[in-house]
Amino acid sequence: MNAAATLTPLNLAAILISLALVGAPHASHLPAWIPVFAGLVLIARFYLGYRRKPMPNRWLLLTVAFICVAGVAFSYRTLYGRDVGVALLTVMAALKLMEMSAARDTMVVVLLAYFLVITNFFYSQTIPTALYMLLVVWIITATMIGLQHQAARARPVGMLRQSALLIVQSVPVMLVLFLLFPRVQGPLWGLPQINVASKSGLSDTMSPGDVSVLSLSDEVAFRVQFENPPEKPSQLYWRGPVLTEFDGQTWHPGLSLTLNSLEFEALGPPLRYAVTLEPHDRRWLFAIDMPTAVPPGGFMTSDFQMRSRRLVRERIRYEMESVPQYRIGLNERFSELNSARRMPAKVAPRARALAESWTQQSADPQEIIRLALGMFREQPFIYTLAPPPLGDDPVDEFLFTTRSGFCEHYASSFAFLMRAAGIPARVVTGYLGGEINPVDGYLVVRQSEAHAWTEVWLSGEGWVRIDPTAAVSPLRVESGLAAAVPESERNPLLGSDRFEWLRQARFAWDAVANSWNQWVLGYNPERQTQFLSQIGLEQATWQNMVIMLMVASGIIMLLLACTLFLRLVRQRREPVQRLYQKFCDAMASRGAPRRPSEGPRDFAARVSLQFPELRERAQAVSALYVALRYGGRNGDAGLLRELRDAVRSFG
Amino acid sequence: MKLALPFTFRWTPPIRDRIGDWIFPPRGPEAGPVVLGQRRVYILPTRGGLGFGVTLLLMLIGSINYNLSLGFILTFLLVGTGVVSMLHTWRNLAHVALLPGKSQPVFAGDLAHFQIRVRNPGRVPRTSLAIQLKDRNAVYFDIAADSESLVIAGLPATRRGLLSPGRFRIFTTYPLGLFYAWANVDLELSCLVYPKPEPGNVPLPPAQATSGEGNATGTGEDDFAGLRTYHPGDSPRRIAWKAAARSDTFLTKQFSGSAAAQLWLDYDDIPDTLGAETKLSRLARWVIESEAAGLRFGLRLPQQELAPEAGAAQRDRCLQALALFQLVRKK
Repeated sequence: MNAAATLTPLNLAAILISLALVGAPHASHLPAWIPVFAGLVLIARFYLGYRRKPMPNRWLLLTVAFICVAGVAFSYRTLYGRDVGVALLTVMAALKLMEMSAARDTMVVVLLAYFLVITNFFYSQTIPTALYMLLVVWIITATMIGLQHQAARARPVGMLRQSALLIVQSVPVMLVLFLLFPRVQGPLWGLPQINVASKSGLSDTMSPGDVSVLSLSDEVAFRVQFENPPEKPSQLYWRGPVLTEFDGQTWHPGLSLTLNSLEFEALGPPLRYAVTLEPHDRRWLFAIDMPTAVPPGGFMTSDFQMRSRRLVRERIRYEMESVPQYRIGLNERFSELNSARRMPAKVAPRARALAESWTQQSADPQEIIRLALGMFREQPFIYTLAPPPLGDDPVDEFLFTTRSGFCEHYASSFAFLMRAAGIPARVVTGYLGGEINPVDGYLVVRQSEAHAWTEVWLSGEGWVRIDPTAAVSPLRVESGLAAAVPESERNPLLGSDRFEWLRQARFAWDAVANSWNQWVLGYNPERQTQFLSQIGLEQATWQNMVIMLMVASGIIMLLLACTLFLRLVRQRREPVQRLYQKFCDAMASRGAPRRPSEGPRDFAARVSLQFPELRERAQAVSALYVALRYGGRNGDAGLLRELRDAVRSFG
Repeated sequence: MKLALPFTFRWTPPIRDRIGDWIFPPRGPEAGPVVLGQRRVYILPTRGGLGFGVTLLLMLIGSINYNLSLGFILTFLLVGTGVVSMLHTWRNLAHVALLPGKSQPVFAGDLAHFQIRVRNPGRVPRTSLAIQLKDRNAVYFDIAADSESLVIAGLPATRRGLLSPGRFRIFTTYPLGLFYAWANVDLELSCLVYPKPEPGNVPLPPAQATSGEGNATGTGEDDFAGLRTYHPGDSPRRIAWKAAARSDTFLTKQFSGSAAAQLWLDYDDIPDTLGAETKLSRLARWVIESEAAGLRFGLRLPQQELAPEAGAAQRDRCLQALALFQLVRKK
């Protein structure tokens, strides 16, 4: 290898562009001085290379490197962790450029560039990121090709074309490895830090206004793939945090225990489905009210919340089964019921008075519930996304003054009224409904579908779900949020007819993003097993996978090698040459091979001497060949036919 | 008939070559064309290729640890690129044919240039192939599809005789530099190496007049006698450059001497104390000077005699005789 070869300006530029492209996305999350420093180094290196100036002194570089490490340590207050690693790698890649003069150094820089590509995936794994990184890999590979052009100067177009060819040819190997390489569930060590940007989502407390804020968020909470579709949208109560403690303003979760077994009575057929939950940095796992079993890695609390043992910090997929009609909690513990009756003192006197008046009308809890719902239905309560703000005593203010609110207002005040009437009640938050994406058939549940409802405990019935919002706005439950709120409050994406094309585009994009999530990002050991059983490999042990992997990649390599090497030997000969070669072969089989130095005429003369009987025909072939090849008669169809006949006579 | 050369290079072949020699023992020089078929092209990763492998391993571990699906895809794509590049590197070298070319004689101490014709019979252009003689710097070249390149590789000629580069390597690391494909080729290449002309003040031996009558019009070098048209073999020093610049043809200056001297350069005239090689060096110097002076000169070596003649052809004959003088002949 020509180790002392200096870099051509093209090769130097290609290396610098590769590094700039791979480092650019990091600029958004690195301390500002690092991208500035790296950019200056890149410019300086190009200047030095272009002007053929000497590289900086080794000691100067070491000093700068030390200062940079100190700077990173100062910026992050540590030298440990993933982000620090990315920062150090970026700085060192830039400094390595200043040391790069020989071919051996360029290889190190190119490998660093490849490695920097993967660090970008810590921060984003979306489709645009993937496409951008594919572009970067294309350019880095072209850079490597340019560095190998030793004889003639490389041209950018040629480098890029060769690079594209290599990448396209490596796609089959990549696919086979991706599908069949035995996957291990990470992490191998430590707890990887995954950035969960502070996303909107349900919280473990609920004050008036909390859920209605969420209803403006278009973010996907989770996606559901049904095995058997639900009969009606009103079945789709996605159970989330259960809130038992109330301080007059805010609902908090109560003390809950872990349930070892779940006793319930199914009153209808079960629904089977798979949930792909977006990371929300909490522990809840959502399922249709009421789940019959808990997915692996989760547990059930005594107030029937399904929770994950670990914070949900990455997208997870779990198989579920639920019964929409059920009877549960017939023998609820006394302490649980007690806390579901507890009320803060001196709060909402008018509401308490109203509840007491109902208890005097009837001792039957069912009747009291009917009275309460009747009040919401018959009196002028309004369902709105923009409720007026409430003061110190939100329950009374809402029930008797503003009378317009979102689901949390109704759930909160209803639960309070029930407690005031002596009926155990609690608030359940979660999501209601969802939107079927017609493109891929997934049900998409967005943050805007967040909902709050109540559960009351009735003797002989157990916990019964009551949704007071349904009394005010039946449309919310039957048809979803968009239908329930006034036109003026609708989000453009939330189903206004004027933006139908936008909705369709969103469906399409969402389906693409979902398949990406399901099959690319979500391809984990379970998905791999599932895929292998789909293609008929029931015993998906790693040994089987390795065997399949080797067989498949072997076949791919063989096919590729065959196509590559075919073009190597097969010549695109002109018919004239092919025919003459046939004649030479015929002579060779008679014992007179044409010598490499022999012209056609000399050869014919020798053949004539050796085989006098072939003289005329050999001379004719030779004359025709010379005429066609050198006599300017190339393309003369008549002559070509004569040559063909003449050659054929030799058999 | 081959000549064993009285010198050896202090040069050990790289381990790759030794392994190659062990698997496929050398078969001696071939007349060519030497076609690099499947069995003759070896391939191993370069140091950069091993570094690439280590990088991919780190990327795989990172992808597992951080559950990076795109990390897996990138890693596997690069694995594919590496493997595909191996096929490309191998293909870049496979099925080229090598043919020996001519080489001009040189004096010992100069650089001998060997011509090697490399032919690409296929439809795939070959990029960045290299030929490396012994431990010399590699000579890089490209070959277009269905064509031939002439590669000129130099090797220092240290001793007189017939210099052959022996087994040499043709290799490539194109396209990514991750793999090194090579073949060992032993072509029938040779370069005639004349003895190095002795430096210093070495006067020519006295010329002897031809016996009998003097030849008044014989060519000598004392007096300018006229011009005649150039014949191939005339010394460039005698070309009348000024006249050539005026006309289209080369003219050679003719001189007349008092008597056309004829010079015998005799091996045995030089004292034996100098040693055989120095004696040959001195003879080489004399041959060059005699030819330059336009003399008729002959060469007498033990068991060999070249009759006196003038001109470049005579010089070359004599130098060849000196170059090959008393080399051990081996079957």
